[in-house]
Amino acid sequence: MMMQAMTAEPMLRASGVNKSYGALKVLFDVDFHAMPGEAVGIVGPNGAGKTTLFGALAGSFPVSSGSIHLAGENLSGTSAAERCRLGLARTHQVPRPFLGMSVFENVHVAARSGAGMDQATATDEAAEILRRTGLLALANRSAASLGLLDRKRLEVARALATRPSVILLDEIGGGLTEAELGALIDLIRSLQADGMTVVWIEHILHALLRVVTRLVCMAEGRILAQGDPRDVMAHPQVQRAYLGSSPE
Amino acid sequence: MLDSLIQGILLGGYYAVLAAGLSLMFGVVRFINLAHGDMAVLGALSALWLVQSLGLGVPLAIVITLLGMAALGWLMQRFIFERALAGGFLVPILTTIGLGAALQNGMFAVFGSNTKSLGAHIGSLSWASWQLPGGIYVGQLPVYMFVTAVLVLGALHLTLTRTAFGRALRATSSDAEAASLCGVDPRRVQRGAAAIAVALAGLAGIFLAMRAQVTPFSGPMMLIFAFEAVVIGGIGSLRGTLIGGIILGVVQSLGALLSPQISILAGHLVFLAVLGWRLSQLAAAERGGWRLALRALTHKPDVTGRKA
Repeated sequence: MMMQAMTAEPMLRASGVNKSYGALKVLFDVDFHAMPGEAVGIVGPNGAGKTTLFGALAGSFPVSSGSIHLAGENLSGTSAAERCRLGLARTHQVPRPFLGMSVFENVHVAARSGAGMDQATATDEAAEILRRTGLLALANRSAASLGLLDRKRLEVARALATRPSVILLDEIGGGLTEAELGALIDLIRSLQADGMTVVWIEHILHALLRVVTRLVCMAEGRILAQGDPRDVMAHPQVQRAYLGSSPE
Repeated sequence: MLDSLIQGILLGGYYAVLAAGLSLMFGVVRFINLAHGDMAVLGALSALWLVQSLGLGVPLAIVITLLGMAALGWLMQRFIFERALAGGFLVPILTTIGLGAALQNGMFAVFGSNTKSLGAHIGSLSWASWQLPGGIYVGQLPVYMFVTAVLVLGALHLTLTRTAFGRALRATSSDAEAASLCGVDPRRVQRGAAAIAVALAGLAGIFLAMRAQVTPFSGPMMLIFAFEAVVIGGIGSLRGTLIGGIILGVVQSLGALLSPQISILAGHLVFLAVLGWRLSQLAAAERGGWRLALRALTHKPDVTGRKA
């Protein structure tokens, strides 16, 4: 499912996406894209619509209008499960492990259902991903017994087990120590090196900027600016919306 | 006393099969099927009809009934329960109450109100027994039923823990949305769970029709027993369901030693005691949960990005 950065067509593209809950509008004409193998960061204040955008991309709910394409394929009308099997994986800000299952089973179910592997391949793949994410020693532990860091690792491991071409990471750096962040950054870079497209929502800017080559800033359901991270962070509107004021 | 204990344990197998379907539906689909007992009766009366009207052998009738009940479960999940679930908390409850009432009166119209039993069609099995040391007689049918119950629940346990479908089912049960993001189609899994649950109800109904008599209106009592076994054993664990069924069977059996009228009441009282204990545990866990929530809040790291 992994795609190489050969084509000029975006790997993931949202065009004119709107989302309303009744009278409350949370996304306004969002145009977003990520090129194959690109690492894109999304920043913005709380309530900017970042996680809602992820939900719309991953198919957690239908959008009110607009379209989403993955590798040129229109995802309209496809379920979250179908999008996952097409190569779009997503992690949650608050990890959502399958509590009644072991760490290994959590990853195994994603490898079987998400990547469509047979039993034996899924077993090998799950073990390899657990090793890569530093969870191998905990493989037989119940997911309910994990602490926050390991739950975040499991969230990433489960997404990786679906063999995604695009991975959407939602604030996986929060709550980690600097050393843990360093390990996380190494992991995300290695995914990118494998050709995976990474879209990362993160408040910890210094971590984000060590990985992404393009930054998108959202506020109040709109995209304020996108492009080179330094340019985006220097954008006056971004500074007003995201940092609260212009730097001295 | 020992005799009653053994009879109670054997009776527990029947309760466990009856309860397992209810527990599975609640665990995976988050749906309390109040027509579960009526579906069990439908299984019993369908098997009887196949035997009496079509002249099929009992084993073949059981297989056909179970397959039919599984198909019925799938269809009901697909066309009724999924829609009811989309309607919020109350709609599924009202839907299954209505379904239960329709099933009872539908079966009354089709099969009549007479009590019916499969006992007459299973030959000596309905009365044959083994003599144990100490002069205790154990009916062969209850033993076969108990063994079948253990085998069925064991097979279900293996399915849940060892197969791809089972893991997908447990993932859906834990968090349907997160499961869908792992490529699991929760609706397909839930339909599969409903098929298994209704087939289990059918098997329990057939058990009842073999060892006793059923009428189209036997369902609500079966539902209560199923609830009691589930609550006593704890939701979401097949082993717990088996233990819950056995405890209910033993308590009823020992209660009957005191007086036949106390038998059912004893089961209800134990159910209420366990329910009360579980609720108090839940309240305690919630207090612990608050402490945990406070601890999580003090570690919230949301200022790092703003400083950068």
